[in-house]
Amino acid sequence: MLLQRRQLFAALASVWPGLSLRAQTTAGPLLTRAIPSSGEAIPLVGLGSWITFNVGHDPVAREACTEVMRAFFEGGGRLIDSSPMYGSSQPVIGQGLARLGRAAPVFAADKVWIGSGARGTEQIEASRRFWGVPRFDLLQVHNLLAWEEHLPQLFAMKSAGRVRYVGITTSEGRRHAEIEKVMRSQPIDFVQISYNLLDREVEQRILPLARERGIGVIVNRPFREGALLRELQRHRLPPWAAEFGCDGWAQFALKFIVSHPAVTCAIPATSSVAHVRQNLGAARGVLPDAAMRARMAAHVAAL
Amino acid sequence: MSEWWTYRLSDFLLFSPRTWHRLFELYHAWLWPAQPLVLLLGVGLLFALWRGAPWAPRACCLALATAWAWVAWAFHLQRYAAINWAATWFALAFAFQAVLMLALAWLSASGPARRSPTGFALLIGAVTLMPVLGVACGRPWQEAEVFGLTPDATVLGTLGFLLVQVHGGRSRALAAWPWLIPLMWCGVGGATLFALELPWAGLLPLAGLAAVIAGLARRY
Repeated sequence: MLLQRRQLFAALASVWPGLSLRAQTTAGPLLTRAIPSSGEAIPLVGLGSWITFNVGHDPVAREACTEVMRAFFEGGGRLIDSSPMYGSSQPVIGQGLARLGRAAPVFAADKVWIGSGARGTEQIEASRRFWGVPRFDLLQVHNLLAWEEHLPQLFAMKSAGRVRYVGITTSEGRRHAEIEKVMRSQPIDFVQISYNLLDREVEQRILPLARERGIGVIVNRPFREGALLRELQRHRLPPWAAEFGCDGWAQFALKFIVSHPAVTCAIPATSSVAHVRQNLGAARGVLPDAAMRARMAAHVAAL
Repeated sequence: MSEWWTYRLSDFLLFSPRTWHRLFELYHAWLWPAQPLVLLLGVGLLFALWRGAPWAPRACCLALATAWAWVAWAFHLQRYAAINWAATWFALAFAFQAVLMLALAWLSASGPARRSPTGFALLIGAVTLMPVLGVACGRPWQEAEVFGLTPDATVLGTLGFLLVQVHGGRSRALAAWPWLIPLMWCGVGGATLFALELPWAGLLPLAGLAAVIAGLARRY
């Protein structure tokens, strides 16, 4: 059956060139980018858990989240990001990882989010138990909360081999001056910021600084929590989006982000298996070059 | 919180509308068939208050104390706290309100309720209209607000009761305190519903405002 579908695609692609690019978006390995501080490669698209995985005790919704994770790992995804701030997201991720077992090659990214530095270690341990992982790959100071107290503890954990990477986060363009200050003064591995087709302030200073300092960049809110996609879906996808293999606005938005050379990984959140597959497709095939990126931003700004 | 002016209401919403609706659906499934019994009890107490039964205000106080304690434990602590860490604080506030209602029952003098039109309107709205409000707006029965079991209807009914309750003797010193938490919930609960973009989001803040105006008019 699969072979027949492939043959059909090949036949149709000969008369409809865009189809072969579409086929590329759902198969094949994901494009990766190296974490600057280590050279370790991770897929360009990860999975966020803000709102979408906060489903409480609902067994049906928890099962749906596990299926999203299954599709994510089957599609080649690795980095999942969460926070103690995200309600039940951590235990929901933990339940999914336990169900998927060895099929889950997760790159576990979490945060410390507490005003007291003294209680940071306790919170991180509680988060680790929720996830059910031996250690986190990445720990970030959520929204820079008490970063002066947390960062030394996270660096000490890294030295002791209890976490592999350390980072800081912000969202929606807040506290960029302070983010820059930390990026310049602290030996962090990652910075997490908001960046999308409309919110591009980070292109001015944060992204160039990340490249200069060898800091990996994780991008949150790639769809403005869905509002950007809802707005874009009122318009037709431009035909030239097929040149870099976009099958919809979600991939258009994500390809714009992950094609920035400073970006290590974008973390769209979703509760839909179809959407997670579509999102992963943005890390396949061709990525737009600088000229195409400028065209993409100009096109969306003009809508 | 730095740069607080850049935050929108939706930035404080930790869950999706679907998760919120499922919270109510699962809660009601767990409670069934308590809902019709609690509804009948509410209607009975409302009728007794309306008829001026001298025991009714104190009985309502006790029923409300039980309702606030129940919502604190069963709704906020057991369920809502799983998707909103702030619900642990809501549970504490609701438990404190339960204590206040108990104190009010203990200290109140016996006597018939005051004939406050706003008070009875809020009580009737809480007991009989809140359960059908969601249905009228296209939501299923399984997500209904039920007086005594869910927060918003319980708060609305409490505000109505505080308007019809007659203070006398020892309860006069306590008079203002039971208003505080219900009015705060009108803000918190209303803001949540606004963030969820539910059509009846304005009801709770408006009811709180009406209760304050009626309460002040009674006082001055």
